[in-house]
Amino acid sequence: MNIPKGLHYTKEHEWVSVDDNIATVGISDFAQQSLGDVTYIQLPKEGEQVRKDDPFGIVESVKAVSDLYSPVTGRVVEINLPLLQAPELLNSDPYNDGWMIKVEVKDESDLEDLMSSENYQEYIEEKS
Amino acid sequence: MIEGQGTTGLVLKEPTIFERSSAGRQGYALPALDVPEKQPVRFVRHKAAELPEVSELEVVRHFTRLSNWNYSVDLGMFPLGSCTMKYNPRINEEIAALPGLSVIHPDLPAEHCQGALEIIYCLEKLLCGISGMDECTAQPSAGAQGELTGLMIVRAFHESLGSSRKIVLVPDTAHGTNPASSVLAGYQAITLKSSSSGILNLEDVRGVCDKFGRDIAAMMITNPNTLGLFESNIIEISQALHNVGAQLYMDGANLNAIMGYAKPSDMGVDVMQFNLHKTFSTPHGGGGPGAGPVAVRSHLAPYLPNPRIRLVEGKYVTENLKSSIGKVRGYYGNFGVLVRALAYILQQGADGLKQVSKAAVLNANYLRHRLSSHFAVPYRSPHFHECVLTDAIQIKENGVKTLAIAKALIDQGFHPPTIYFPLVVGGAMLIEPTETESLQELDKLIDAFITIAEAIRTKKDNFEHAPRKTIVGKVDEVRAARQPILSLDDRAQ
Repeated sequence: MNIPKGLHYTKEHEWVSVDDNIATVGISDFAQQSLGDVTYIQLPKEGEQVRKDDPFGIVESVKAVSDLYSPVTGRVVEINLPLLQAPELLNSDPYNDGWMIKVEVKDESDLEDLMSSENYQEYIEEKS
Repeated sequence: MIEGQGTTGLVLKEPTIFERSSAGRQGYALPALDVPEKQPVRFVRHKAAELPEVSELEVVRHFTRLSNWNYSVDLGMFPLGSCTMKYNPRINEEIAALPGLSVIHPDLPAEHCQGALEIIYCLEKLLCGISGMDECTAQPSAGAQGELTGLMIVRAFHESLGSSRKIVLVPDTAHGTNPASSVLAGYQAITLKSSSSGILNLEDVRGVCDKFGRDIAAMMITNPNTLGLFESNIIEISQALHNVGAQLYMDGANLNAIMGYAKPSDMGVDVMQFNLHKTFSTPHGGGGPGAGPVAVRSHLAPYLPNPRIRLVEGKYVTENLKSSIGKVRGYYGNFGVLVRALAYILQQGADGLKQVSKAAVLNANYLRHRLSSHFAVPYRSPHFHECVLTDAIQIKENGVKTLAIAKALIDQGFHPPTIYFPLVVGGAMLIEPTETESLQELDKLIDAFITIAEAIRTKKDNFEHAPRKTIVGKVDEVRAARQPILSLDDRAQ
């Protein structure tokens, strides 16, 4: 299970990395493995607002349709267009080519309740 | 390869009906036109309809061959969790086929179709009796349409009190139709997490009621829930909701587990739907037709869909309520389905329905008990009409997942259970045997499961290529979803 250090993780298995005030959001390796082969991804449009803990998109696999929950509040400044065309990138490379949205973060305290890679590792082990 | 009850026979290949087409071939012959041809221009087709040109015999062979590929309850067990795929007694069909019922025109005035109205009226009354609710409409023609109807009634009720509420609470074990119906009814669906024991935690519900208070229009709850577990806090949950003026909606999809033992009205339910095609043995599996009657407590009755059927001085009459949400379907609903359900209920009687639920619960628990030494069982508490297993042991032993186990069951001659649902259980296999399967048949299914588990444990087979015995083998579901071929033209490309 790949859980890169330096990222922040949510209980819903999203990851977020923040550079200046731009947060990049995706889902974890554990999430893509649990979902199985991803067939469809729906993301917000550029310029839309997302709110912390609210759904911002949908990921559909051969097993199920799941909501994606935003770890931060802010305006979407960029979405990963190639990912929409090739949802399999989410399975092959969830942390790089499989990133989903970039959000202009209003308040960095949004990150305070998120998990470190170590805590997330423990969280997954407890669950399984 | 391991042997099961599935075997091979001579099954014929069959192309699509369009590929059977031969230019100019006709399946009928009309006499020459002996009157002047008159046709309003707006109805004239400008481009020929691209219909297959085939004879009657070719049509018959085409569909008969396809039907031979099919699997149905008439052929074998269909333990599809959450779907209640019970056997549909033939007497239902005989009664529904009576000419007075099957060819009756829905536009007949009430005085000329008293018998048909009596059937609907009696069914509505009997459903009220089974559920303890006060009034019922048989109009909605599917479970999900019943959900939407119920929520529209809830909305009309709140609006009559001048209250505009925004939220419907839905547990994370719910059928996907629940949040969808909430959104269609104009509400925001908020998911409630169930506890580690698989049911709702009362304190969580109270917490959400405190947080959202009078913004909550209703909560949709399925009882027993989709894990086959009884929501034992249901009365306290209904009280917490009623304290903030919210309504309790019960999804009646799992009613097969509790008939004659528990009444939704006693649980504090305000509105519910029945799935006649599940609990009351009307055919389903081809997408319908179904029926989703909705029953309500008296305070919601003024909002039921029009027309209502009443018995006035010995005559059945139709009445339109002023405050009704309106019609949700043309005429009186899927009448043929209503006839079958009434036939079933009268055939069983009150004691029979109780026996149905008893046997459905016994069968599910027997399966769970016997399979629990071979498959992981995430919830230990007694189950109702269905039980959930997971692939946790098989993943550890040989990396074999639920999907492969389900496909392997096909080669054993069984329809697979529901898989990967409920979403709260990783690798779920949800099994609902129903009451109509005998002990011998249950044992065959158990043997099939155990044979598969043994093959995985001893590393004889990982079922990567199952099913092998079907006319169409393992399909590439991922590619089908990512690059769907939806027409012959797509396939040609």
